Amino acid sequence: MTFDAAHLVRARKIVAAYPRAKSAILPLAHLAQDQDGWLSDEAMREIAELVGVAPAQVLATCSFYTMFKRQPIGKLVVSVCTNVTCLVTGGPEVLEHLRARYATDDDVFVEEVECLAACGGSPALQVNYEFHEHTSPGAAEEIVEEYKRGDRKARTVSGSIR
Amino acid sequence: MSHETRIVTRRLRERPDDSWTIDAFLATGGYDGLRAALGMKPAAIQEEVKASGLRGRGGAGFPTAQKWSFLPEGSYPRYLVVNDDEGEPSTFKDRMLTELDPHQIVEGIAIASYAIGCHQAFVYVRGEFALGYERLATAVADARERGFLGPNILGSGFDLDIVLHRGAGAYICGEETGLLESLEGERGMPRIRPPFPAIAGLYAKPTVVNNTETISTLPHIVTMGGAEYAELGVNRSTGTRIFSLSGHVNRPGNYEVELGVTFRELIDSPDLGGGVRDGGSVKFFIPGGASSQWLTGSDEHLDLPLDMDKVQQEYGVMLGSGAVMVYDETTNPALVAWRLAKFFAHESCGKCTPCREGTGWIEKVLYRIVHGTSRPNDLDLILDVGDNISPGLNAPFSQTTICPLGPSAVSPVVSLHKYFRDEVLGMVGAGSPALDAPTDEPTDEPTAVSA
Repeated sequence: MTFDAAHLVRARKIVAAYPRAKSAILPLAHLAQDQDGWLSDEAMREIAELVGVAPAQVLATCSFYTMFKRQPIGKLVVSVCTNVTCLVTGGPEVLEHLRARYATDDDVFVEEVECLAACGGSPALQVNYEFHEHTSPGAAEEIVEEYKRGDRKARTVSGSIR
Repeated sequence: MSHETRIVTRRLRERPDDSWTIDAFLATGGYDGLRAALGMKPAAIQEEVKASGLRGRGGAGFPTAQKWSFLPEGSYPRYLVVNDDEGEPSTFKDRMLTELDPHQIVEGIAIASYAIGCHQAFVYVRGEFALGYERLATAVADARERGFLGPNILGSGFDLDIVLHRGAGAYICGEETGLLESLEGERGMPRIRPPFPAIAGLYAKPTVVNNTETISTLPHIVTMGGAEYAELGVNRSTGTRIFSLSGHVNRPGNYEVELGVTFRELIDSPDLGGGVRDGGSVKFFIPGGASSQWLTGSDEHLDLPLDMDKVQQEYGVMLGSGAVMVYDETTNPALVAWRLAKFFAHESCGKCTPCREGTGWIEKVLYRIVHGTSRPNDLDLILDVGDNISPGLNAPFSQTTICPLGPSAVSPVVSLHKYFRDEVLGMVGAGSPALDAPTDEPTDEPTAVSA
């Protein structure tokens, strides 16, 4: 079993909320990722069972979406936007700095992402899907450090609630 | 000079500290529109929306009442799906509405559902919107507790439930049929139309897909009356819209203005964009999200009104999702085009060959243009690639693809050709990169081969 007892209760509730069980693949993948920090093959097999499809179908769906991490990636997902507003306001410099700073830190996964819908506060980034705007290389590092120390907390790994 | 006309965003100013709570919502006229709507016949609400002239705020600008009218009579169940998968680069209005006025979305959903006779609605929330999802989930729960959702809403006999569904990082799911695929648990690859979602949408049932801002406008149309709403705006672009202004302006942000104000007013007004940074001037701007063709800092372009039809018919650009990106004289337009190309190549779902292959080509060739290793005919090469995706390279575009993502990826290329051809040709063989920013260099070098 992948889902613990509490998560399994939530998983069944999620499946029941949809007219067709297969619709629950994405929310269940978020749920598994929240529990484990990543989406394992084992979790996808269990999701397949819960919604009544082949495991390959769950993999086919989940492999389409960038938020699902199919390898362990550490505790913090740092998503830095470099799309066209962040591009001209310092986003690439933030990305470059964080990549270098956390290159050997197994707890911090730095990724370049597409537009986060935070262009009014560019350059923008997210840490475990919490928004941080008007950043700079130095400020961004300080934010990540605050999460590492536990001074800041994200809702969850996958940003999933309830 | 111009200023905001706050209708959909009014509550954000009145209750800046708690606009998302049910108490703030009820204290500022919240759910009045729903109460009024439930006292009307569904057809009468549809008439008001038709009279308002409301057009979709997601990008295509299709008349909302007309979209609803395509639902086949007597065919149930039917579904309402709200497209809250905001991902068009530089658009950030729906995220704001989701985080700061989620009850307004719930109220709009209830009104729309009642008007079209639907009892199960879905909101497809962009996966990255953790706070927005939390606020919306709280709003749905609170609304249900107070009788604004669930069985027999406010004693009217009308039942409605809302399921919130989170995306997981895929721009293409903002395209309505890709969204429906995703909501069914599939990869978010768009469907061939017809059939349109109104005939066979979610689970092959009649389905209306409306954008978050569109839905958020409905309570106000009911309370103001469609005719009064239609007095705002210009021509067939009625009412107000939230424009997401970003880039090299002094005051980037979301501004709700009456349609018909000019781009110059939006960019320069002290209450709005506050002018270009450092007293500079506009070199070019992208008027309607990344998918639109560009306009320049010429007086002719800056003085164009925010009128969906006029800009499309006369200049081949669109107001799209309402994102206006402003670039000053220091900007290298090829760099912006390359980053957009990289975006479209990354987000192409891979279903249609011209888009899957073509977006990659465009990205790679633009990469070597901005890195000073381009060849003399490179711009023409990607125009040719673009022509395979969107034959004729005209607007409104034709397409060899199922959905508009492919043609959207061609827009920056055409814009470069139209306005900055000499500048791009001047970069040919420059030998040094035009940027220091780190990039993941594309693999395999593109070269033209004969068929």
